Amino acid sequence: MARPGNLDSRFGIEKPDDEYAEMTDPMNEIPDDLVVDAEKLFSDSKVKEVLEQLDNELVALHVVKERIKEIAHLLLIDRLRRSIGLEAEPPTLHMSFTGNPGTGKTTVAKRMGQILWRLGYVRKGHVVTASRDDLVGQYVGHTAPKTREVIKRAMGGVLFIDEAYNIYRLDNERDYGQETVEMLLEVMENDRQDLVVIMAGYKDKMERFFSDVPGISSRIAHHVDFPDYTAGELLDIGKMMLKDQRYRLSPEAEETFQDYLDLRLTRPHFANGRSVRNALDRARMRQAIRLFNAAEAGQKLTKGDLVTIEAEDIRASRGFDDMHQNPDDAQDPPKTESKNEKKQKEPAGG
Amino acid sequence: MSTGLKINQGTFSFLPDLTDDEIHAQIQYGIDNGWAVAIEHTDDPHPRNVYWDMWGMPMFDLEDAAGGLHEVKRCREAFPNQYIKVNLYNPKLTKQTIALQFIVNRPSHEPGFRLVRTETNDRHIHYTMEPYAANEPHGDRYSD
Repeated sequence: MARPGNLDSRFGIEKPDDEYAEMTDPMNEIPDDLVVDAEKLFSDSKVKEVLEQLDNELVALHVVKERIKEIAHLLLIDRLRRSIGLEAEPPTLHMSFTGNPGTGKTTVAKRMGQILWRLGYVRKGHVVTASRDDLVGQYVGHTAPKTREVIKRAMGGVLFIDEAYNIYRLDNERDYGQETVEMLLEVMENDRQDLVVIMAGYKDKMERFFSDVPGISSRIAHHVDFPDYTAGELLDIGKMMLKDQRYRLSPEAEETFQDYLDLRLTRPHFANGRSVRNALDRARMRQAIRLFNAAEAGQKLTKGDLVTIEAEDIRASRGFDDMHQNPDDAQDPPKTESKNEKKQKEPAGG
Repeated sequence: MSTGLKINQGTFSFLPDLTDDEIHAQIQYGIDNGWAVAIEHTDDPHPRNVYWDMWGMPMFDLEDAAGGLHEVKRCREAFPNQYIKVNLYNPKLTKQTIALQFIVNRPSHEPGFRLVRTETNDRHIHYTMEPYAANEPHGDRYSD
């Protein structure tokens, strides 16, 4: 094929030979005392705003924030180097998020698209979420087009694979997941500049997945472990959730909620942020009933009544009763096994 | 080596062949306009041959042109010596038609067209043309 001025990349050649001849090593060409305009780049890139926003909107998760900060700075310095002609391979940014249920893995992954976009690492910054169903086919020849479809859709942004260990089933050698894994490996290696892959899941299962498929682990540059929240952090999360929904806790309710969280933390099946959200949803329901009854009894309701969740709304929670009698409370089924053991079996994603 | 006649079909065909970066930019322009990306290939260069073979399904849900370019490269790998074009289809109601299409791959040697004269009644001449390449059976054309 005749393509003047461009030897095609399908031959594996990025630049014609004569261009290589003209290239000189910028390490020697550029004087060491050349001043770079770092300030302008820093202010243009809005990195500070991105990190501040992250700090404000996500409670705790210091490890995660620290890691994102590192990545942000690496990308920034990379851009600075590029601006004076010091080329380098773009860094690999594939990530794995591990942690218990409800520790914010999905939330952070969804943010990652925007963050990387603002840092200029990805072109579009959208996040495509995929699970086993989206990637692995039902019959021979079904898997490759399916996986490729998802990968193409995610290009220019982030491909988020929740519970990635589900893709690959070691015990069934006829499973088509193997094909998906191979395609992902290829894309993670060859299309790094087009796509960032983030895999998330529970720690032990992810570790088993990585040891079963060693190629994946080595292609992921950032392994981030999400720690469990403390009761105080959970209270902050709860307050933030309520604020977003235009509610607030009365001072007594706050104390009660703190007690509730202390209790819940010791129970099996506690799903961190997700359990907080569910508890608050139930509290809102009880508040609604309380207000409805009050109004029916002829009491005048004020705006303050509508936005405030009182201690009694939370105290009515079954968390304070004997939890073994709450079959309808999906979050707290009666369990006798230890907390850690059960957590691993909970199906919901992080 | 004679390059014969470079066929001119679709947009940009009188320009030098597009580089991959330029193809990326054109596809991105289409995606930003809400157009779907489809890849087609053929080894019959006749201008009236409007039905090229589809390479995979049209892509309606791309955000970034990298996905389209990825398919172009795969198609090139499979058919390095065929014509490949990118169709950008505007699915908007009242449009529903190809908005932009351009060739992204052509055989290394394009032998061109033969002019065929057919004499009919009263010594009238009917002219038509046929690609030299079409003398070979489908699949054997444009081999190196």
